[in-house]
This record gives sequence, C-alpha cells and structure tokens, in this order.
Amino acid sequence: MKKTLLPIAALMAFGSVAAAEEVHVYNWSDYIDEELLDKFEADTGYELVYDVFDSNEVLETKMLSGGSGYDVVVPTGTFLQRQIAAGAFQPLDYSKLPNAENLWDLIKDRTAEYDPGNEYAINYMWGTTGIGVNVAKVQEILGEDAPLDSLSLIFDPANAEKLSECGIQLLDAPVEVIPAALAYAGMDPDGHDEESLAKAEEVIMAVRPYIQKFNSSEYINALANGEICVALGWSGDILQARDRAWEADNGVEIAYNAPAEGAMMWFDMMAIPADAPNPEGAHAFLNFIMDAENMAAASNYVYYANGNLASQEYLIEDVIGDTAIYPDEATLESLYTTTPWDARSQRTLTRLWTKIKSGI
Amino acid sequence: MRFSQTLESAYASKADLVLAALLAVAGIALIWLNQADGSHFTGGLLIAFAVFVTAYRINRRLAVIAVPYLWLLVFFLVPFIIVVKISLSDPAIAIPPYTPTLELSEGWTGLKSFFGDLDFENFEFLASDPLYYTAYLSSAKIAIISTAITLLVAFPIAYGMAKASEEWRPTLMMLVILPFWTSFLIRVYAWMGILGREGFLNSFLLWLGIIDDPLTMLNTNFAVYVGIVYTYLPFMILPIYATLEKLDVSLLEAAEDLGCTRTQGFWLVTLPLSMPGIIAGCFLVFIPVLGEFVIPSLLGGSDTLMIGKILYEEFFSNRDWPVASAVAVILLLILVVPIVLFQRNQQKQAEADQ
Repeated sequence: MKKTLLPIAALMAFGSVAAAEEVHVYNWSDYIDEELLDKFEADTGYELVYDVFDSNEVLETKMLSGGSGYDVVVPTGTFLQRQIAAGAFQPLDYSKLPNAENLWDLIKDRTAEYDPGNEYAINYMWGTTGIGVNVAKVQEILGEDAPLDSLSLIFDPANAEKLSECGIQLLDAPVEVIPAALAYAGMDPDGHDEESLAKAEEVIMAVRPYIQKFNSSEYINALANGEICVALGWSGDILQARDRAWEADNGVEIAYNAPAEGAMMWFDMMAIPADAPNPEGAHAFLNFIMDAENMAAASNYVYYANGNLASQEYLIEDVIGDTAIYPDEATLESLYTTTPWDARSQRTLTRLWTKIKSGI
Repeated sequence: MRFSQTLESAYASKADLVLAALLAVAGIALIWLNQADGSHFTGGLLIAFAVFVTAYRINRRLAVIAVPYLWLLVFFLVPFIIVVKISLSDPAIAIPPYTPTLELSEGWTGLKSFFGDLDFENFEFLASDPLYYTAYLSSAKIAIISTAITLLVAFPIAYGMAKASEEWRPTLMMLVILPFWTSFLIRVYAWMGILGREGFLNSFLLWLGIIDDPLTMLNTNFAVYVGIVYTYLPFMILPIYATLEKLDVSLLEAAEDLGCTRTQGFWLVTLPLSMPGIIAGCFLVFIPVLGEFVIPSLLGGSDTLMIGKILYEEFFSNRDWPVASAVAVILLLILVVPIVLFQRNQQKQAEADQ
C-alpha cells in the first residue's frame, strides 16, 4: 500500500507546487511576438502557458462559466465592461505594476469609459475598424476620384452595385457593422434604440445584394489575392493583407483608411480573472508587457498601436510613422467608441443580424 | 469473473462490510481534505463503490441491475435536468449568466423563491419567432436528404463488400474504417481545400476544360451535403454490411429455383432481409446530423440555417443560456421520436434473432 501511495502523494504535492509557478495567459491568435514569451520566462522565472482564441464570444463564455484556469485574459473594451459587471475580474494591484507609469494618458482616458479608473484592466493594443481597398481596381471601376476613405464606397447602393463585380466583404460582427452603417447615415454610431436599428437595417439591406460575404477572417487573404476589392475590417488585418500582397509581388496594392464619417476605435484589454490561480504571476506578466521595450517589440511585430507612451521611442518607422496605425491628431478626434449592449437589445441586434445575413 | 469471485469470498467472511466502511471513510476524508485536483471525484468514486458493496449484501440482483441505471441517471438524466432548469431561468449579467440559482444556504424560502422564479417564457419566445421553427425544419430537411444520399451511396458499397470473397473482406472493412484514423476536423478542413474557389476540384475541372470559370461550391448547401455524406458514410455501411453478410445465400437460390430473375431476387429477398441494417444505418445518420454544428459552420454559407448553428449563436453571441437551453430541450424532444422507433426496431431484431 505504502509503495503505491507514496509516488501518488509525491505527484499531488508536485502538482500543486508546479501550479504556483505557472502563469496561464489567454490571448488573441497572432497577437504577440513569440520571442517575448521566452523572454518573460527568462526574466521572471515563471513558466508561461500561452493559449490563444479568436473570438470575444468564446472568451466571454469561459469567463462567465468560471474556473477557466487562466491568469491573464484579453477581452475587447465592450466585453470587458460587461464581464466586470458580472464579477469576472479582480482589481489590479498597481503597487505590483511599476511599469504602469509608461501608459498613455490619452488611451487611459478612453478605456476608462469601459473600466472606470482603469481599476481592472490595462490596454494592450488598440485599433480602428475601417475600409480596406484594392486601389487600382476601385479606381478602374469608380474613376480616379473614387472616395477611398468614405463609407459611401460600401453603403451607397450606386457604388456598391458597381463594386460588387470585384467583390465586397464585411465583418461578420454586428457590433462593428451596425455602428458603421449608422455613422454613414449621420446618426449616433452608438445608438441601441429601435430607431437606430431600423435605420441600420435600411442602410445595410439596400446594399445586401452586392455583398459577397460576411466573414471576420477570410478577407485578409481575399484582399491580398485580389479576389475582392473592398472590405470593412480591422486595421491590423487590412495592413496584414497589404503586406502579404506586397510580399507576393502580385501587383495588388491594398490601402487602409479610417472612414471620414468617423471610425470605430476599439481596445483590447488585459485583465486578471477573479478566480485566477496565480494572481502574483499575472501581475508579473502585466508588468512585463508594460515595459516600454517589450510592448514596442509586440507592436513592431503585429502592426497594431498600443496604449504605452514610453514604448513609442522604440517603435519602428513602419509602425509609428503610419497614420493607418497611429492616426494624426485630427483623425484621432473623429474616432468614436461604443458601449456594450444589454441582454434585451443584444437579442434584437443578433436577430437583426440573422435577418440581414439569411433573410429570415 | 475474477472480480465477482473475490467479492463472493469477501461476502462469506464479511470482509466486504469492513472494506465498504474503510472505503467510505477514505472517500469522505478525501472530499473533506480536498488536497488536490480531482479529490472530489476520487472520493465520490470510493463512496459510490462502498455503497455498491453494501447494497450487494442486501440484495444482489438489485445491486447489479442498479449499475446501468445509475450510469444513465448520473450521465444523462442529471445533466438533462440541469439543462431543463436553465431553460426555465432568465438571462443575467453574472457568473453563471442566468438567474435564479439555487441557494441551499437560504433553506426553504430560498427553495420556494427559486421555483417561483422559473417560467416558460423562453419556450414562448421560441414559438413567437419564425426563425426557430424554420431552422428546425431546415435541419430536418438537410438531415432527411443527406440520410437518403448516404443510403444510396452506402448500400452498393456494403453489398459489394458482402459479395467479396472471404479473404478480401477484412481489407475492405479496413478501408471503410481507415478515415477514422484521422481527426474528423482535419477531414472537414480537407474538404474546404477541395471545394474552394481556388481548390483542387475547381483546378481539376478547369484543367479538363469542362468549366471556364471556377464554380462556387464552398459555403453552399451543396458543400454541407458533401461533408455530411462523407463523414457519416461508415455509420451507414457497417450495419448494412452486417445484415447482408449474414444473409443466407440458399434463400436466393430458392428464389431463382422458383423462377425469380436476379433482379427480382434482389428486390424480393435481399432488400427486405437487409431492412434492419438499413433502418439502423438511417437512424445512426439521421439523429446526429439533425443537431450537426461543425460541418455546416465550416462548409456552409451564411444562408445555411441549421439548429446547431442557432444554438451556438444563442449561447455565444447572445450569451442567452436560457434560450439556448430551451432550443436544446426542444431538439431533444424532437429526437426522442426517432430514438424510440430505433430502440423498438433493435428490440424486434433481437427477438427475431432468437
């Protein structure tokens, strides 16, 4: 008996010790320079377990079920706000985060809308939702003076009909497309009331026949291969498409523009779940990420802007100098943010989206 | 056998009761101390075993019969009751995201308010929106059509296998089972590569000169049917093959002696006798396809409406666990009919075999 029990007891003891030394991080896919992961282990001595997801909904379901086992997660602002309300996160202990002084006040002010006082989360990356165009094709169809930075490219039925022959794709995400439709119609992009939804439905339905597909990931390749010529998508994704086309040297020139009618600004935030097994390690990871050089390395790799002012001196020119990533002051002013949908309006929204996509 | 003998000898010496007591104490201690992950589970198992050993002393027959029923209770009925309970709740921004939750600490009043807060609102909601019954109907349509296609493809294969010589059968059987060695998800992804606009099939057809422009096959219902038929084919082949293989050839010879042609023999003898296999195969395909989620979401388009996808959207996009549970409960109720028919068919066959 003793002989068999001892190794088991030893294993159990070892298991609990090992768990204390591990930090479990759950981040978006393709969202960090992987060398940073090794560096974190070397710097702090923690063992890093790094998992990825590709939709806020999947993360949210894990958070709301509880017991996810993760120490650091990265929800987008609107999702963060709702999950804080549900009690999913623990307040940050800023005494363990000396690098928080590197954060950019301008971004902090904006994220405080979701998380008052930035009590629960720090900004990791941020970006805009805008228009990716295949410049040559769009100008060929609509003429030299085509409005490349206007939502009318997509939501004006006359333009959309002509452009449908080379392909238009939109994100399969109502929380992104509905605000864009409202911005085009000159209404408050953050409207959740029935009138706003009816207007958005009208705008999108008018161009529905010309939209090839609603998808949140395929448009990167489709733009890069020249299969489509207009996409409403996330800034970093469209810049990726631009770079892929450039690398493939296939003669496709992709440009990203934040819409002149106003573009949505979103924030991916790092937070610590209330039931994180290793909050100590989670704070160590957040502090590591907020180091100016580390954060710059991540941005230089994924081509998204970050909320870290001190990191800007380490950014490569391709990132800091690109107004598609770091917009100028005037554009920054025109960017809008949205607030989360409550349960009732969320249902109406999803139902509307199903109707737009499938006609039922 | 060894186990029951051991139990038997322990029974004689009353060592079983001592063992049961020891196990129960160890189980309770494990749960109480809760030192490591899974100690609740191990503790529960130990206590369950102790209960079984004690029950075996009281009534052997009952104890043995109780095991499969207990299994059903723990792994089917209890989860189902939880789902039904959630379907009667209301969504909330909380962990877990619905209300009410059972507060045992509040005693009787807690229990009363808990049941008072449950209602059928979500089911009424499902009935009020055409989306849901359209989705159920469209799922049923896709399930029926793909079951029929699978049957048409599978029957000749099974027939050929059963007619093949003895030495070939294991190889053929192997070939049918072989795809299972690769993950189901990877095989569906492979179809995305085959059916895509730039995919293998389009390139091949273009090369042959049959078409001038690539066909749109991926993200259509056509791709969903291809994926379903491909994935579920073995489930249809195997039961049909099993009945055809057992078929007594002398019956066919007798039919021919009585003036049947080969074709008539097939329709009048082979087909009716292979009916149990066909029915079993059809149910094995129809039931899982009705709730299928992975294939339509990977191969289907935005207009492919299936109840599995709706369920996913309710759960993930709307965070509405109660409505998602209500959708699942209704799906189960719909499935109860074919499952009962299937059981009856199996039973009849078992009786016929005897």
